[in-house]
Amino acid sequence: MIEIKNLNKSFGSHKVLKAIDLTVKEKEVVVIIGASGSGKSTLLRCINFLELYDQGEIHLQGQNIEPAKTNLNKIREEVGMVFQHFNLFPHKTVLENVMEAPIHVKGLDKAEAKKKALALLEKVGLKEKSAVYPDMLSGGQKQRVAIARALAMEPRIMLFDEPTSALDPELVGEVLQVMKQLANEGMTMVVVTHEMGFAREVADRVVFMCDGNILEEGHPAEFFKNPKHEKTKQFLSCIL
Amino acid sequence: MRTILDILLSNYEVFLKAAGVTLKLTVTSLLIGSVIGLVFSFFRISSNKLMNGAAKIYIGLIRGTPLIVQIAILYFGMASIITFSQFWAGALALAIHNGAYLAEIFRGSIQSIDQGQMEAGRSLGMSYSMTMRRIILPQAFKRAIPSLGNQFIIGLKDSSLVAYVGMTELWGSALSEAASNYRQLETYMVVGLYYLAMVIIFSYLLSLLEKRLNVSVRRS
Ligand SMILES: Nc1ncnc2c1ncn2[C@@H]1O[C@H](COP(=O)(O)OP(=O)(O)OP(=O)(O)O)[C@@H](O)[C@H]1O
Ligand SMILES: [Mg+2]
Repeated sequence: MIEIKNLNKSFGSHKVLKAIDLTVKEKEVVVIIGASGSGKSTLLRCINFLELYDQGEIHLQGQNIEPAKTNLNKIREEVGMVFQHFNLFPHKTVLENVMEAPIHVKGLDKAEAKKKALALLEKVGLKEKSAVYPDMLSGGQKQRVAIARALAMEPRIMLFDEPTSALDPELVGEVLQVMKQLANEGMTMVVVTHEMGFAREVADRVVFMCDGNILEEGHPAEFFKNPKHEKTKQFLSCIL
Repeated sequence: MRTILDILLSNYEVFLKAAGVTLKLTVTSLLIGSVIGLVFSFFRISSNKLMNGAAKIYIGLIRGTPLIVQIAILYFGMASIITFSQFWAGALALAIHNGAYLAEIFRGSIQSIDQGQMEAGRSLGMSYSMTMRRIILPQAFKRAIPSLGNQFIIGLKDSSLVAYVGMTELWGSALSEAASNYRQLETYMVVGLYYLAMVIIFSYLLSLLEKRLNVSVRRS
């Protein structure tokens, strides 16, 4: 589904990704963990080409995506993304947020887009909020709308960049619940998070990043029980 | 006081007509100036060095020279290339002047919109221009309204300077009235009132607009 080969990315002289190799299979849920500044967000943003890498290859669904020769807008339709700070459109209602891209990118007619959007909002438990503006919502509700908005494009892959890090502790659960449901439905997901409970329970694989490298990866049970690297142990002992 | 009232009452037809010219001049120049401003604000935020440089030079020249000098140069410069009506020569000169200030206002408000909005739009498959048009600009416009209003008021008052290239808008007709009735002070006070009235009406409309937008659009 996603195949990343020898991915390198620098900001100026600062090497942020160093020869990253990572494969994500269809329906797999991969959780990426690592210290702040280790390059997790950058890696995620390379996968939907919000950030262009310097060197390497990214294959999506078997196709080598060469940014210069590809309509990246089309690629991004297939790769949904959820951000730490939600990034809802504040001048649009919840429903309009979810309908925006299906109507204007996919060309869905309004009635159909509305039907779909309402179904998605129902799925994330926010159908009754469809007419309000985002600033009337709690953080957890905002993030669930953001998930619905991304799902409205019917992506094949969903990327989550610390989706619960900006939330009050009591609101984290409702967002993780929606993500869990999505994983159970077979969505291919790459999730950057510090929620180890989620990683343990939902992830098929945990990837540990350190200084722009993938230091180790493994099945969560094994990964948390027997981390191989000293740095992984240190990191885990810090956050568990 | 009596003379002020006299002038206010006896010359109201002349001044009302002149105020109409001022209004038309202001609206025309600000509409064109807004288009110029929007285009140059995009040049300013673009990564294209040529566009960026052009915008910087234009804005730098306009901000660095007196309006009256710009009007004179643009007025006589344009007149030597193509024949414009006097109205259009004045309106374009004012548009080019206001465009530079409006460009900076648009640039500032576009750049004040959180980067995450563009990223969210792009991540949904929207193109740069679609995200700009549908997501960024509506928010930026709303945020720019107080500064735009301010610039529009300045534009209205600054339009008086085209009197010096021979236009008979409000200030121009004040100059010629005063020259014939020898009541300079009173005449100038009367046109001052006209300007003041126009600004007050505009400010009121602006506050209505702001109020309406604040109700229907909320920011997160
Ligand atoms: N646009 C940019 N320009 C310059 N440097 C950047 C940019 N984006 C990220 N960086 C740098 O790249 C490094 C990796 O950043 P990244 O955001 O990928 O880390 P992260 O693992 O997601 O960290 P966090 O847990 O804090 O989100 C950091 O040192 C950061 O300062
Ligand atoms: Mg990050």
